[in-house]
Amino acid sequence: MSFFTDANLARAREIVARYPSPKSAILPLAHLAQDQHGWLSPEAMEQIAELTGVTPAQVFGTCSFYTMFKLRPCGRLVVSVCTNVSCLVTGGPEILDHLERRYALDPDVTVEEVECIAACGGAPAMQVNYEFHERLTPELAEDVVDAYKRGALAPRTVSGARAGGAA
Amino acid sequence: MSVEERRIVTRRLHERPEDSWTIDGALASGAYRVWREVLRTGDPAAVQEQVRLSGLRGRGGAGFPTAQKWSFLPEGRYPRYLVVNGDEGEPSTFKDRMLVERDPHQLVEGIAIASYAIGCNLAFVYLRGEFALGYERLTQAIADARSHGFLGRDVLGSGFDLDVVVHRGAGAYICGEETALIESLEGERGMPRIRPPFPAVEGLYAKPTVVNNVETLSTLPHIVEMGGEEYAKLGVNRSTGTRIFSVSGHVKRPGNYEVELGVTFRDLVFGLAGGIRDDRAVKFFIPGGASSQWLTGSDEHLDAPLDMDFVQQTYGVMLGSGAVMVFDDTTDPLLVAWRLAKFFAHESCGKCTPCREGTGWIEKVLYRMAHGMGRPEDLDLLFDVGDNISPGVVNAPFTQTTICPLGPSVVSSIASLHRYFRDEVQARVGVSA
Repeated sequence: MSFFTDANLARAREIVARYPSPKSAILPLAHLAQDQHGWLSPEAMEQIAELTGVTPAQVFGTCSFYTMFKLRPCGRLVVSVCTNVSCLVTGGPEILDHLERRYALDPDVTVEEVECIAACGGAPAMQVNYEFHERLTPELAEDVVDAYKRGALAPRTVSGARAGGAA
Repeated sequence: MSVEERRIVTRRLHERPEDSWTIDGALASGAYRVWREVLRTGDPAAVQEQVRLSGLRGRGGAGFPTAQKWSFLPEGRYPRYLVVNGDEGEPSTFKDRMLVERDPHQLVEGIAIASYAIGCNLAFVYLRGEFALGYERLTQAIADARSHGFLGRDVLGSGFDLDVVVHRGAGAYICGEETALIESLEGERGMPRIRPPFPAVEGLYAKPTVVNNVETLSTLPHIVEMGGEEYAKLGVNRSTGTRIFSVSGHVKRPGNYEVELGVTFRDLVFGLAGGIRDDRAVKFFIPGGASSQWLTGSDEHLDAPLDMDFVQQTYGVMLGSGAVMVFDDTTDPLLVAWRLAKFFAHESCGKCTPCREGTGWIEKVLYRMAHGMGRPEDLDLLFDVGDNISPGVVNAPFTQTTICPLGPSVVSSIASLHRYFRDEVQARVGVSA
């Protein structure tokens, strides 16, 4: 039973072939798995292990190091709010606090605090599925998330690929 | 304060805001002209010589001379790899993201020139995972460059083959450290390697490897076009050329500004970035990314030139990644120090004990100090923990008990609190002067 769809399996093999060593494909395949499935499941890691010639434990060992990989199910919208220093002094923590409360019970939305996302010129900033949103207030940030929720904005996947495409 | 930007690396993205990232927009403003000329001339050593003459130093943070880095590659050993460090994660640095999103062809051209100069046929771009738009634009740029014959087999009939693979990271600051980056690219947890061997000798897949930053490579086409000597006329002393500075915090116009090295912090903060919001005073600023020690709003510090060696030797700070974070007189330095410590504690890879344990301890102690729960002995405690990571703590340059500089970076804040805000900090924890 394949975790990857036929199209993604073909894509996965193509990604593995890019590298002199198949193991290098672990990160890109984990992104591909999240694009397809919304999080990085044990089944996905098993097939990544098979495709890259390592054990599932090695895939888990690698992937658990990186914050972008969600090892448990999460909302279809991952809202990453920066609170590092340039956002700290321009209102990032207030945005985080507001969104965490507002969406605490919303299964569609996972709010997370993140480190600097290289958007300090537009601080305070956040990403929704890795799309940048800058110069925010708590209210503007909520408007953005709601626009994704009701479909006014088209979200990327939880690993940042455009819908229909894949990293 | 009449300083102006000197746009070389940022010229195209400013001139063609509507299409600078597309192949048509890039070609219309001269992209790949230098690459074509390099191939026509057919002399890799000449490219290396121009880079040497230019005095170009790495724009990622360490400021190591680029030509010298290339020269460490052992002769006759192939394959060798060029790895582009696009993992920009140093807090308040946002120049590489701009260069990748808005001028990916300039980067591809720089990669091509560097690969040719060092004899590499397969280059990797390690791009920060969170840069979704950058990934899209860079992969598109590479595909377009390939279909135009600028990459691929037998590039422009020269007999030179070059492929470029973009590899997305997945959220780990440490992967900006070059040996951790290589580990990550090999499919491992991003933990730095002990050196030697250096990447130039044994890097990616244990092959000779050069790791260069996005801005460094984006500068290459211009150096080759201008000629190294001409480029070296820009700038000051051993800080040649221009650099992009990311200015953020309490300034009126935060953003990326490309200036000739040698202008002052005041030029950046008050000239280009418009001064401080509500016209307040600068209390302190961090001149080169979160890993640097701090400077204050004194005239002496604001009037210091953007000269990598001068600021290092005079004040023990670095220009680092070119991130200038500015804080006004309402800012609590303890809060900033705590937040930076929290960052380093979160991003410590866990390999070296002094960093893994020390960053966490420092974060906890700074948290209570910044939130009204500090104890009189806390400053000494900070120094004690810091001393285990960077023996000597307040000495620059730092010594370190760790493999990479992440641990010592957290000590920068402590040293800065000690140097400039000791009375204020002591008062906060109940020590009377």
